[in-house]
Amino acid sequence: MVLKGFDRPDQPAIPGALPAESRSVKVMIAGGFGTGKTTMVRSVSDIRPLTTEETLTQASADVDHLIGIADKQETTVSLDFGRIGINDQLVLYLFGTPGQERFWFLWNGLFKGALGAVVLVDTRRLASSFRAIEEMERQNVPFVIGLNVFPDSKEHPIDEVRDALDVPQHTPIITCDARDRKSSRDVLIALIHHLKDRSAATLEPR
Amino acid sequence: MSGPKRPADPSGLERYYVLTGGRSGPAGPAAGLDVATLIVSRGAPAPGMQHEHEEIVRRCRDPLSVAELGAHLGLPFNILAVLVTDLLAAGRVDARDPIPASSVSGRGPDLALLEEVLSGLERL
Repeated sequence: MVLKGFDRPDQPAIPGALPAESRSVKVMIAGGFGTGKTTMVRSVSDIRPLTTEETLTQASADVDHLIGIADKQETTVSLDFGRIGINDQLVLYLFGTPGQERFWFLWNGLFKGALGAVVLVDTRRLASSFRAIEEMERQNVPFVIGLNVFPDSKEHPIDEVRDALDVPQHTPIITCDARDRKSSRDVLIALIHHLKDRSAATLEPR
Repeated sequence: MSGPKRPADPSGLERYYVLTGGRSGPAGPAAGLDVATLIVSRGAPAPGMQHEHEEIVRRCRDPLSVAELGAHLGLPFNILAVLVTDLLAAGRVDARDPIPASSVSGRGPDLALLEEVLSGLERL
């Protein structure tokens, strides 16, 4: 018989509960529709991935008009998320952005406060992630590119992909399989290394 | 029996209007609630609390993110933010914002924090 929560005295007694002193950090998983965002969240999350929703109502009447939805209609956009326990004081939340980038503005501060982002790219449909890359650059969110390898993806040299995506040399591009926990974890590790490099570069000598 | 259809369990705008007393979004200091903000109760639910307030206080005995609360309670972020703001104002819960990406000085994230995240990920 396995008594979850009893064999690990450092863990809270309630399965899945966060330690009392926890603080959080967040990382965004962006990319075009169908690039594997939810898959990646699912493969690395400690908890069953969940979905949280934002409701767009009359407050955004102007925008409703722009996207052709009748005034005061209710529009719901979803955000899939998961979490990774880093240690007994820190938990990392991963949020997959809505596939329709036009809704990102709804997420008041969605990218604000994020450590950074992973932009997933499907090499068969590079263009589907252009918008996500532009958005990261516009909002000044540090990011790495994860080239999600699908079974019928052709192998593309990283340099060719970099040219096609028009991302600078210092932006890491990593090949990954979003279905695989270790592979997805390695993309997150690459992101943190990238953030460290940036952070070290901006430290001014005293 | 026929007649105008009414949902047995009011949902959508009508339900949200009732839950929040018609308020559409939080104002004031808690307007900065983030989906990754952790909510922690200060104590047990008080008698006579609105059901949803009580649920939040009960579920946040251990820290829980606003996103998780929303998913568990089936409430969208903006509605939940109103309810959490009420509880913050009443001193029933505390909110811990996510550790920000950059410090006040405009530098990148704290290196020690990044090292911490890194070693956690490496243990996965």
